[in-house]
Formats: sequence, C-alpha cells, structure tokens
Amino acid sequence: MSFELTPERDRELNEIIARYPAPHDKMAACIPALHLCQDQNGWISDDVIVFVANRLNLSAAHVKGVVTFYTLFNQKPVGKHQVWVCRTLPCALRGAGDVLEHCEKRLGIKAGETTADGKITLRTAECLASCGTAPMMQVDKNYYENLTLEQVDAIVDRLRND
Amino acid sequence: MLKRTNYLTHVYSLADGWTLPVYERESQGYQAARQVLTTMSPADVINEAKKANLRGRGGAGFPMGVKWSFMRPHPTKPSYLVINADEGEPGTHKDRTLMERNPHAVIEGCMIGCYAIGAHVAYIYVRDELHLSKARLWQAIREAKAKGYLGQTPFGKSYPLDVVVHTGAGAYICGEETSLLNSLEGRRGEPRLKPPFPAQSGAFGCPTTVNNLETIAAVPTAFRLGCEEFSKLSALHHLNDGGVRLFGVNGHVNRPGIYECAVGVTLRELIEDLGGGVSGGKKLYAVIPGGSSTPVLRAEELVHAPDPSSPLHAWHGKSVLDVPLGVDTFRGIGTMLGTCCATVMAEGTDPVAAFHNLMQFYRHESCGQCTPCREGSGWLLRVAEKLADGTCTLDELNQLHSIANNIMGNTICAFGEGTAMPALGFLKKFRKEFEARVRGESPAYRGNLTVSPMS
Repeated sequence: MSFELTPERDRELNEIIARYPAPHDKMAACIPALHLCQDQNGWISDDVIVFVANRLNLSAAHVKGVVTFYTLFNQKPVGKHQVWVCRTLPCALRGAGDVLEHCEKRLGIKAGETTADGKITLRTAECLASCGTAPMMQVDKNYYENLTLEQVDAIVDRLRND
Repeated sequence: MLKRTNYLTHVYSLADGWTLPVYERESQGYQAARQVLTTMSPADVINEAKKANLRGRGGAGFPMGVKWSFMRPHPTKPSYLVINADEGEPGTHKDRTLMERNPHAVIEGCMIGCYAIGAHVAYIYVRDELHLSKARLWQAIREAKAKGYLGQTPFGKSYPLDVVVHTGAGAYICGEETSLLNSLEGRRGEPRLKPPFPAQSGAFGCPTTVNNLETIAAVPTAFRLGCEEFSKLSALHHLNDGGVRLFGVNGHVNRPGIYECAVGVTLRELIEDLGGGVSGGKKLYAVIPGGSSTPVLRAEELVHAPDPSSPLHAWHGKSVLDVPLGVDTFRGIGTMLGTCCATVMAEGTDPVAAFHNLMQFYRHESCGQCTPCREGSGWLLRVAEKLADGTCTLDELNQLHSIANNIMGNTICAFGEGTAMPALGFLKKFRKEFEARVRGESPAYRGNLTVSPMS
C-alpha cells in the first residue's frame, strides 16, 4: 500500500524545503520530512521511504540510510503512545532505575516492548537534557520532570485509558 | 568566587518571559543588535567580540571571537552561521533552559553573529526531543520577523537576516560539529574528516561558523555591556576566560538546576551554595565537572602545581573543589570544564555501577563510522558489565586501559576521546574499588544509584 502525506502536511513540507538553499534544499528536508511522515504513519515503513525518496528526488537507499542512523525513526510499528524513561547517569542518580522498574511492573512489559493492547511502547532514552529536573520521562512530545512514583502512576494510567 | 548574575536568566522567572515584549522591556532586547548593525562594520564586530573572551560553551572552550575571525567571504558562495543546540551530553541541561525561557537572546545573538561573519541565514540545530524549545524558538523568530528585526532590512539596514530551526532525530553524535552539518544537509550524522574545517567548507559546502547555543545567547549581553566589561565580570578575565555563564549542578544535590554566575565559581560553591549541598546530608564522594566526557574528580583530590609559572600555582596543595571553574584551570587539574554542568555523587555511590551506566551511553551513541570507536565502545561496555557483575578478571580490568588508549586519537571525531577519557578517568580514580570488585570483596551490583530508593 503506497503512502502519501495529507495535503496539509504536504504543504508544510513545501515550506520546509523552502528554508534551505537550492540545490541542497530537498536533501536538507529529508529528516524533517521523515518526522512529518512518522507523525502521520506512526513509523517509517518501506512505503514511507519510497514516498520520501520520490518526493525529494533522493535514492531510496539514501533515505533508508538516514532512517537507520537516527534513534527516533521507528523502523517497525509502535504503540499509540511512546514512553521514554531517561536512564543515563544524572537521572540514574536521582531514581531513573526506580521509575523504569515501576513502569515495567505497572505495564507488565520490559523496556523496548509494547503493551498487548498496542497502546504504550516503553523504552529507555539516553540523556534528554533534563538532568537538573531528574528523574524524568518523555511521553510522546512532552517532558515530565522531577517525577515521583505517584506521578508516574497517574501518567501511565492516563495513557492506558486514552 | 561566587558572583550571581542574571543577564541571561532574568526573564526566566517572569510571566511570558520568552516573548518579545518582555525581552525588550526587561533585557533591553535587540538594542545590541541594533547598535551593531547600524554603527559597526563586521570587522569591528569581530574585533570587539574577541575582547569578550567568550570561550565556547559547548565543551571545547574555543574563543568565540577568534572562531569568527576564521571566516573569509567566498567569491561565489554564501556563508552560514549554524547554532549547535543538540544538547545531549549526559549531565548537561543548560541550553534547553535558554531556548525555552529566553529564546530572543538566541535570535538576537544569531543576528549579531551572522552580521559579523557575513552570513544572512542562521540555522539552529535542535535535537528533536526538545519540542518546547523548538516551539519557543519558532515563536521568537515569528515575533522578530513581525517587528522587522529579521527580514530584508533589519533596523533600516540593507542586510537581510533569517533564522531557521532545524531538527535532528535522536543521535548524540550530531552534537559534533561536522556530524551536525551532515545531519543539517539531510544525511546520516557521521562526522567528516577535518580539514577542510567548517570555516572553509561547512554547511552545503559553504563557509560556516558553528557556535554553541549558550555562546550565541551570551553575545547580546556582551555587546550591551561592552565586550571588555563583559569579560571583566569574570574572576578568570586574566586567563582570557571571560564573562558570565550558566552553571549546572545535578545528581546527588539538594537543589539541582541551572544558575547564572560570573565565570570563576568553584565546584565547592556550585555544590554547596548553589546546589544546596549533597543530598541526605552525605559527604561528597566524586564529581564529574562538565558533562560525562570530562574525567571524574574525587572529593579528596588536591591540586599539584608546584611550578610558580603554572596558572594553578595559587591553588597548589589545596582541594580541587576550590579551583575556579575555567577552561584552562580545569585542564590544569587533569580534567575539563566541558559544559560546566557538574554531576555530583554522594558517598555510598557505587563507582562501578556509575562507570557501567556511562559505558552504556557511549556504546549506544557511537556512530559506528570508525572501527576503534565502534568496536572499542562495545568492548569497554562488555568489560564494564562483567565488572559490575563481579565476573571480570584482573587481566580484563587491565585491558580496559589498552582498549581506551586504542580509541584515543584513532578516530575521525572527538567522540573517541569522549569515550576513552571518562573510562580512563574512572579507572585511574577508582582503581582500588574496581580491583576490590574483581577480587570479590564488594558485591556484584549494577542497580540503583540513588542516595535512597524512591519506594
């Protein structure tokens, strides 16, 4: 099944391309374009890669190379909501281990897995520049900082019921 | 010497502090850019900027004005200013506060920087996770455009200026400037060989200056005060390390956060006075001074600088915690100032578990382009795992030195050093503790690193 951006997102992509100097503009738009596609599709399928390659006059191999380089491009389907718990040292010193263990127990999955109902993908993240407000987790596009386990419960429950 | 300032952070606490009206009212916003663009030549701007002794805030500490002076206009190609806001060094949490709470300082800094180096466009490369930062920067850009500060004729001067926010996609390595440029161009974020340096061939093959976000955000303040006056605020002005900067403190302290001070704060002041002391009333065990790549210091370390000509001689025999945080002073005590955000570990922290945690980071973030780094970071992690689990032999522990030393200097970019330096730092400072683990005298552990568990 082929992939296409919605007309609104496609217009946004045109605006993005215009931010960069020709003839480099289309390649420079590659990463933002992939974000737009992932916002719509949830992950970067082969169809998305072909779409981006055609839309930006790039080879599919180039686009695939970009997709596989960056952590945030999902190379397989993920849950409706994505939860990242920062695990790196400054957060670990302030309870990231507790937060992660708590999430795993509460959701019944390990980091890297998705709940059976497809609602939540739980992952660990490397330093998210929130060391002064640790421990923290990112849910979709939002940061939750200075977490207590009660707050983690409330966040997870809200996602489960969404 | 602890001297709190609020040039950059005054608007942090104000309602709508990130908006243009507040920035103009409270921080004399865009007055510096106006003065620079309407009364100074680009050469004057660079000469003035050099006097600020503004050492790059991204970690390497290179003088910003000198970096600007490397730019030579190309007969046919445009020049670019690129701002590195790929903040991701573990322990570093300063640039995000500027983007979220004082984005106009960034935009105004970009205007001055562009004018100085002959660029008309600045690209701010923000890591994708920082969605609020990106939104606030875009809002600031829209506001500045609506006022005519960005556009065809800023302040009536025929010098078109534009600022664009570009997003990454989750890769620590993109904080390395040439990797960042590849990522900006839409490629895999693998570092480039230097030379050519970005000033000769950077973004899109054009002359480019890459500045850290905090560096550029400090520029309007420097020009408003006068660059020399700005430099003199620092206790290390005589070491060409000037001005004010953001000091971060995190880990086992009572008040983690970001504090703006004149350069010259000591680690003891950062931990005790700003950070509110070590958590749980514990004693300080160790501190990583400026991001995880800077070698760790133990609390009891003393400065060894018997040579009177050493810039550190004044602190000879004193605690490293009493040395002012500066680019050259911290190089002198065998570590680095880095990003000036300290990670504090209280007594009772398992150094093996901390080492293991960091090696996971470097393994995950090695881009894989250079064999010594790709294989070495994995090897370091495997030994760290065995060490944590208590299954590491003395031979393997000794091997860590050669693995790290074989990464150092053998890679295209500084990530190799960034991996090897903390590994060697932990090995040197915690050799006894590591050996005790090898001999089975301390229990296997790769668990929690908190002072007390959350539950």
